[in-house]
Amino acid sequence: MHALALLAAGVSVVAAIMVITRRVAVHAVLYLVVTLLALAVVLVMLGASFAAMLEIIIYAGAIMVLFVFVIMMLNLGQPDSAREKEWLRPRAWRGPAILATIVCAELLYCLGPFPGAQTRPSAAITAHDVGLGLFGRYVLMVELVSFLLLAGLVSAFHIGRSRAGHY
Amino acid sequence: MDPFSFNDTLLLATILFSVGLAGVLVRRNMVFMLMSLDIMLNATALVFVGAGARWHDATGQVMFLMILALAAVETAVGLAIILCLHARGRPTLDADGGNLLRGAEHG
Repeated sequence: MHALALLAAGVSVVAAIMVITRRVAVHAVLYLVVTLLALAVVLVMLGASFAAMLEIIIYAGAIMVLFVFVIMMLNLGQPDSAREKEWLRPRAWRGPAILATIVCAELLYCLGPFPGAQTRPSAAITAHDVGLGLFGRYVLMVELVSFLLLAGLVSAFHIGRSRAGHY
Repeated sequence: MDPFSFNDTLLLATILFSVGLAGVLVRRNMVFMLMSLDIMLNATALVFVGAGARWHDATGQVMFLMILALAAVETAVGLAIILCLHARGRPTLDADGGNLLRGAEHG
């Protein structure tokens, strides 16, 4: 197993363990973002760069923003300034910063003159292949996923609306 | 030589899935349970992508996209439910406190 692969996998596992052992939800979100970034590195090493980009854009971008938004809306009983001071202490973001620095150093190392760049795995599956499969053989599944997204949209809207109606 | 063999991918996915499962079983805070579910979904998606790379088939990444949409819907609905419960005056996010299904009029 390559050393870079071992590093990315180890960072993802360590960050995942930190996610489920944190006490404050925002700290866990930080570690979860690091987990997703390290998993994106693992996906790139598997030759699935398109999936890695989607992992970063949708997971670490959109879904994590949802988490942060809800945690900010929940307002668990402390005054805002005290909570922000609690969140912004260096002890809170030191761990995620160290793990993210490892992943970033790995990225910079791979951007440089990488010795194995000529022997890239030719088995890389590009976005072209994925698109052909997605809208060729599996177009029915895309429709089903659109139904699923519509159901999620309607249910989230309904839950939010009934809450606004009662209060 | 590929940096990840299929066995390594399966091992990593198993470890991640176990961590997520332990999080769902141990933590009672609903936000943490949702995060653990996301970790488990990521582990399964990793297995799909790894299998797609092993047999050189784009189907693995197609399934990755499906799991991504599934995770987005699951997170959105789960967080909406958490917000709804919180708006009805429950100060904690303990999942064991919500074991009664009642109508909205009791709110």
